[in-house]
Amino acid sequence: MSKASSLHARRKLKNAVMMTLSVMAAGVGLAWLGLILGALVWKGAAGLSLSVFTEMTPPPGEAGGLLNAIAGSIIMTFIAMIVGTPIGVLAGTYMAEYGRYSRLSMVVRFINDILLSAPSIVIGLFVYELMVRPMGHFSALAGAAALAMLVVPVVVRTTEDMLNLVPNTLREAGTAIGAPRWIVIRSVAYRAALSGIVTGILLAVARISGETAPLLFTALNNQFWSSSLNTPMASLPVTIFQFALSPYEEWQQLAWTGALLITLTVLGLSIFARSLTARREDR
Amino acid sequence: MKPMLSAELALSQPIAEPPKIEVRNLSFYYGASQALKNISLSLPDRTVTAFIGPSGCGKSTLLRCFNRIYELYPRQRAEGEILLDGENILDRAQDLNLLRTRIGMVFQKPTPFPMSIYENIAFGIRLYENLSKSEMDDRVEQALTRAALWNEVKDKLDASGLSLSGGQQQRLCIARTVAVKPEVILLDEPASALDPLSTAKIEELIDELKDDYTIVIVTHNMQQAARVSTRTAFMYLGELVEFDLTERIFTAPREKRTQDYITGRFG
Amino acid sequence: MNAIYEAIPARIAGRRAAAVRRFALADAAFHALTRASAILVLVMLGGVGISLVVGAWPALSAFGFSFVTTQSWNPVTEKFGALAPIYGTIVTSAIAVLVAVPIGIGIAIFLTELCPRPLRRPIGIAVELLAGIPSIIYGIWGLFVFAPFLQIHLQPLVIDLFRGVPVLESLFAGPPYGIGLLTSALILAIMILPFTTSITRDVFETVPAVLKESAYGIGCTTWEVTRHIVIPYTRVGIMGGVMLGLGRALGETMAVTFVIGNAHRISPSLFAPATTISATIANEFTEADGELYTASLIALGLILFVLTFLILAAARYMLLRIERRTGA
Repeated sequence: MSKASSLHARRKLKNAVMMTLSVMAAGVGLAWLGLILGALVWKGAAGLSLSVFTEMTPPPGEAGGLLNAIAGSIIMTFIAMIVGTPIGVLAGTYMAEYGRYSRLSMVVRFINDILLSAPSIVIGLFVYELMVRPMGHFSALAGAAALAMLVVPVVVRTTEDMLNLVPNTLREAGTAIGAPRWIVIRSVAYRAALSGIVTGILLAVARISGETAPLLFTALNNQFWSSSLNTPMASLPVTIFQFALSPYEEWQQLAWTGALLITLTVLGLSIFARSLTARREDR
Repeated sequence: MKPMLSAELALSQPIAEPPKIEVRNLSFYYGASQALKNISLSLPDRTVTAFIGPSGCGKSTLLRCFNRIYELYPRQRAEGEILLDGENILDRAQDLNLLRTRIGMVFQKPTPFPMSIYENIAFGIRLYENLSKSEMDDRVEQALTRAALWNEVKDKLDASGLSLSGGQQQRLCIARTVAVKPEVILLDEPASALDPLSTAKIEELIDELKDDYTIVIVTHNMQQAARVSTRTAFMYLGELVEFDLTERIFTAPREKRTQDYITGRFG
Repeated sequence: MNAIYEAIPARIAGRRAAAVRRFALADAAFHALTRASAILVLVMLGGVGISLVVGAWPALSAFGFSFVTTQSWNPVTEKFGALAPIYGTIVTSAIAVLVAVPIGIGIAIFLTELCPRPLRRPIGIAVELLAGIPSIIYGIWGLFVFAPFLQIHLQPLVIDLFRGVPVLESLFAGPPYGIGLLTSALILAIMILPFTTSITRDVFETVPAVLKESAYGIGCTTWEVTRHIVIPYTRVGIMGGVMLGLGRALGETMAVTFVIGNAHRISPSLFAPATTISATIANEFTEADGELYTASLIALGLILFVLTFLILAAARYMLLRIERRTGA
């Protein structure tokens, strides 16, 4: 009897210890992440002013803003989305519709999932070999191409997932009134999956807006305003990288502010994207 | 053309006109497993035929052969012949989209498209016909009236098809099917997801449509088959056991299996 | 005879046939377009591999296999060996996974078993949002906040503590730079924590409730249910999550580049500056002059590519297995 109860006590104790550890893990993990965000807001907000958005990146030791970097990021992200989104949506469409049961889709799904987590710096090297070296110079176009390669797998994945959620009976219904497959896809499947696909596209924007590594040796950087796609172009992440590692205080402050801007953009996009699908689930 | 009827399947009332649909030695396979075994039967023009039988007997599979909707999936195939007005629709050369404009289908669960009520109807019409706005309005009204839905939705044609009740959605699907002017309408357990009141409305509708269309309905509800159909086919384990006038099937079936099924359900 | 479909064939049949021909053409075109896009995804990965081999070729042919066994990295004499970056990459990633996985499992247990219901979704979403924060943010925090903190407060303490203890003495040898192997590994751990957590939580949720309920039913404690039911049931999925995290850590550039110190040598001390494959490429690529230098950096990229490809492929395979089992 006492043996049994002591065993019981030991089991309870062990449970209590492990559960405490689990709560602590959650506490430590979340607190740590909270610390990072806290520091970011603290240090970043200190440099937040209108001039950040109206002035160019300054030479060392002077005050300035991030205008050309922000503009560069927006331009390259935009081009990357224009190029990457259709490819991603179409490939996802093949995998969920025409080729749903094909071997090709299985292979593409596997490879796409690998691309999804492939090191982005390797993508940068690829675009360097593919574009920068033959062209002989760094360019915004090459930067956008590298970003586009990161967009594709995200969009492929969400498009396929969302189309797979469209019930087959809806496809059958469209087919049964004599609509060819492509019209069923366009007018029925895409419409039913629209919010999900848009979510995927927004998540892709979030993903690339903070990417630094693939831009380091494709778009390089540019201290000045540039609207030519054929020359190096500044971007927010690369500017942060350069400024943070510099010994100049003004640059370091701008790096923190830029980091805050990126984080707010990414979080804002992700939350907005999520709210789109959340509403869909409620329906 | 002489219909291939075995003695068992001989109808007590011979079909005078050539049949609208004639099935000859139809077998169907899901991969390696055979779901239909050598089915032959003839469906007369502008009547309601019901397919009944326990679940998994192949009644839905048979229905899905008539518009070849199974072609959406890999490793499903049909062998034999299905003649629509004497023309084999299982032929490779048959255009599937064209076939489906002639043979419409309504599914078990209502399947409104994710668009407005008006667009749900116009979508199918627009595929094959180039109509002016007013002509299209007329066609939409016509179709909705035919499906006994016009009075309920005429003030909210721009509302989403998904905002309707289940019974209304199903009638919208019937309207959508009727709108493209098919010759045959396939109904795959059209009322099984609906409440009794909506079911009654759908049955009423079937009764009205049978003067203009050849209707085939799959149902697991035997009273429903008895109420709406002129002829009934009883299927079991992929075979056509008995096909006769509905009255005969329910009062004096020839086959013991038919009798067992009918009495088992009723008793 | 009824007017409706007697009239149809004559009036409409011709138009329908024309429409059908148009459809067939458009459908074939759309089919081909989507298929080409899908194939493009394969071409992309293939292209990455091929271009890296081509770009790395001068280095591979000059150094041969000794490229991966040599520690020296000397741009002046043009002698390049990848051993130090490979060592740094593997050590930082391994430590990161060792730190992040238990914490991730702990948080997953908390989220699935202990957390009050109304808090589950918000915390779960918060974790997923954190997974999306760009790695450069972790890098800048590591450089300006975390490294100085370690340098001033933690590292001197640890160095003093283990002075004279064999093995540990050299593992935690000074001087305290703040930046270095361990700092990078810890930053990586924080960075992959959201991934491992959300994947572990997802696979925990695939455990059928009946299974857990029957274990609770015979009097098991929460820990016993987790230890003997949930974890064994989801073992493959957790492994997949671990590998996915490892893949991320191996290829991560920005979080590490800030705090690794970029030193091409292998030091027994975890406090010493070191380098990783991605940090070396990020730091040196634009400054590399000479074909051999560039080629050596691309060869590093190739090694990273192959390494992560294998790890990620294994991870996906494992996650696929658990997906199949739940029939999702």
